Amino acid sequence: MTTDAVTPPLLTVEHLTMRFGGLLAIDDLSFEAADRKITALIGPNGAGKTTVFNCITGFYKPTQGRITLHHGDTGAEFLLERMDDFRITQKAKVARTFQNIRLFGGMTVLENLLVAQHNTLMLASRFTIGGIFGIAGYKHAERESIELAKYWLEKVRLTERADDPASDLPYGGQRRLEIARAMCTMPKLLCLDEPAAGLNPRESQELNELLQYIRDQHRIGVLLIEHDMSVVMGISDHIVVLDYGQKISDGTPEEVRRDPNVIRAYLGVDEEEEIPEIEGAAP
Amino acid sequence: MAEAGKAGGLNLAATIKDCLLAGLVALAIFGPTLGLVTIPGPGGLDLVQRWTPVAIAVALVVGGRFLLHVFWWNREPGEGAVAGARAAVTLRLVGLGRYAGPALLAFAVALPFLPFADRYILDLSILVLTYVMLGWGLNIVVGLAGLLDLGYVAFYAVGAYSYALIAQHFGWSFWVCLPLAGLFAAFFGVILGFPVLRLRGDYLAIVTLAFGEIVRVVLLNWYTFTNGPDGISGIPRPSFFGLPFDRLGDVTFHKTFGLEYSSLHRIIFLYFLILILALVTNFVTVRLRRLPVGRAWEALREDEIACRSLGLNTTNTKLTAFAMGAMFAGFAGSFFATRQGFISPESFVFMESALVLAIVVLGGMGSQIGVVIAAVVMIGGFEVFREAEQFRMLIFGLAMVSIMVWRPRGLIAVRTPSVFLKEKKVISADLVQEGHG
Repeated sequence: MTTDAVTPPLLTVEHLTMRFGGLLAIDDLSFEAADRKITALIGPNGAGKTTVFNCITGFYKPTQGRITLHHGDTGAEFLLERMDDFRITQKAKVARTFQNIRLFGGMTVLENLLVAQHNTLMLASRFTIGGIFGIAGYKHAERESIELAKYWLEKVRLTERADDPASDLPYGGQRRLEIARAMCTMPKLLCLDEPAAGLNPRESQELNELLQYIRDQHRIGVLLIEHDMSVVMGISDHIVVLDYGQKISDGTPEEVRRDPNVIRAYLGVDEEEEIPEIEGAAP
Repeated sequence: MAEAGKAGGLNLAATIKDCLLAGLVALAIFGPTLGLVTIPGPGGLDLVQRWTPVAIAVALVVGGRFLLHVFWWNREPGEGAVAGARAAVTLRLVGLGRYAGPALLAFAVALPFLPFADRYILDLSILVLTYVMLGWGLNIVVGLAGLLDLGYVAFYAVGAYSYALIAQHFGWSFWVCLPLAGLFAAFFGVILGFPVLRLRGDYLAIVTLAFGEIVRVVLLNWYTFTNGPDGISGIPRPSFFGLPFDRLGDVTFHKTFGLEYSSLHRIIFLYFLILILALVTNFVTVRLRRLPVGRAWEALREDEIACRSLGLNTTNTKLTAFAMGAMFAGFAGSFFATRQGFISPESFVFMESALVLAIVVLGGMGSQIGVVIAAVVMIGGFEVFREAEQFRMLIFGLAMVSIMVWRPRGLIAVRTPSVFLKEKKVISADLVQEGHG
């Protein structure tokens, strides 16, 4: 019923600044990520993309700025910069993956997905005390969480490998498992840090389909850091471009593709013949 | 020799050079240790030289190394085969484990009634079982949660002193004091847990080590409360549901059951007491592993940052691990107090922590049956080599080194998954993280 103008976006980042000693990693960055949309965060190496992620998911406390998460269904609001990292996942429902995959390598694929449902299961086991005595409620909850795990295993095509240790999976499988694990926390916002890194073209095509499925069927927002332009341009609804900690462009893929600032940031330094043309076009 | 040379390309000159070098090292080590003996003489200590044992030792090293060159390092398959053999041994041990568990349990239950079970054997078994229980308790902290705790004996001491002091001052029975001792120890576990939560790896180990020493020093110096170095004596002995194991008295165990009095009754009772306590520890640990908290411990050992990204409260998770481990140490401590009847800070030195940790590491971190085997080997081994006197520690150290070379991840170097969809596959320890605190 409400119009877009009234409903606040899923994620609002305002005047975010992150300073490490003398280094200004993020400089007064503001952007929004809409619900049920894929927002991509791109930029050259060292632009501060992962730092933004770490601020949103609570791994860093920003020097300045405000990060607000708004749940569309309940209307609840969370000020992420004030929350502990694990509470951001638990209460504000933000899940993330890592640039260098962080799976529980010695645990099976299924166990990885059950650890992600820890908070639900902990409650069901009455904080372990009920679980030790084997209350029926816990058994039921465990069956349900295994069902959820099976659902995601099927979605990322790892059902056959469910009982294998996570570090035995091939690289692409580990990437997919990390996304499945993040989805098992039932997030409202899924933050993916370079999910296509190291994937072959066929695998990154599958990743596109998976992310679109998550957006459309699970109706959540996706925030994506990515270098692979076939992924970024193919599926993003909205792109934010960072360079040296500042936002240099913001818009739809078409707009960003044509933005001279973006072209300069990506190509201008290396290919000198491009510069005069852009400089001429800029004013 | 020609055949050996053909088989694997044995370089004779290099081999002999290597053997002689090893002999030189052996001479440097065994020369002073075996060759020189101090004997109290009239004018102080006399130095006696014995070069025959040195010659034998050096010859053994040179010969042994030469044989290794010819028959072992010269084999065709090399590294892959060694790794394969290791995996095969692991699988065999796992297969064995399926039957070893129930078999060991049956043996443990039957032990006091076997013909050879005299007082010495029973006392030794009680000691072994105490360490099995401590090992299982520490396994939660070190093996599952991956937090290196070098001050585990502190909780053992808290349990022992809790029981001794409560029983002396209030006269409460063992069965009331036991849970209290566990609670106190768990409380201390949480107290230790809070300051060390931010620490990882080596730093955590140092602080837990210091904590163990603090507890011991406080026990030693707080004379008015703990009786200091004099210790606490006259700690009440346990009774069989109110029936004391006394020779005299109207209502005693042997009179009620119409038995001839025997001092062994109490020993057998203590034996079953610690067996039950240890089995409870095992049962709870195995159960916890399949619950969310146990999986969270293991996830914490694998990757703490990933845990936090999944909404796990790592603070609470670490605290529960510390508290759980400490609680079982507290139970074991109060058992120790009631069994000895006397405790003093001398029983709770760092050596005990190191011994329990060695049992956990030797058994294979996280493996329940491994802890049992390691405790039997370590504590039993100590007794078997008692006659070797000062060489006991040497033999012991040698055994530890060779086991760590042969099986670097412990005797049972596999992890069993806590849940499975179709088929339970064991996970090689090579894939499992050791934890960074």
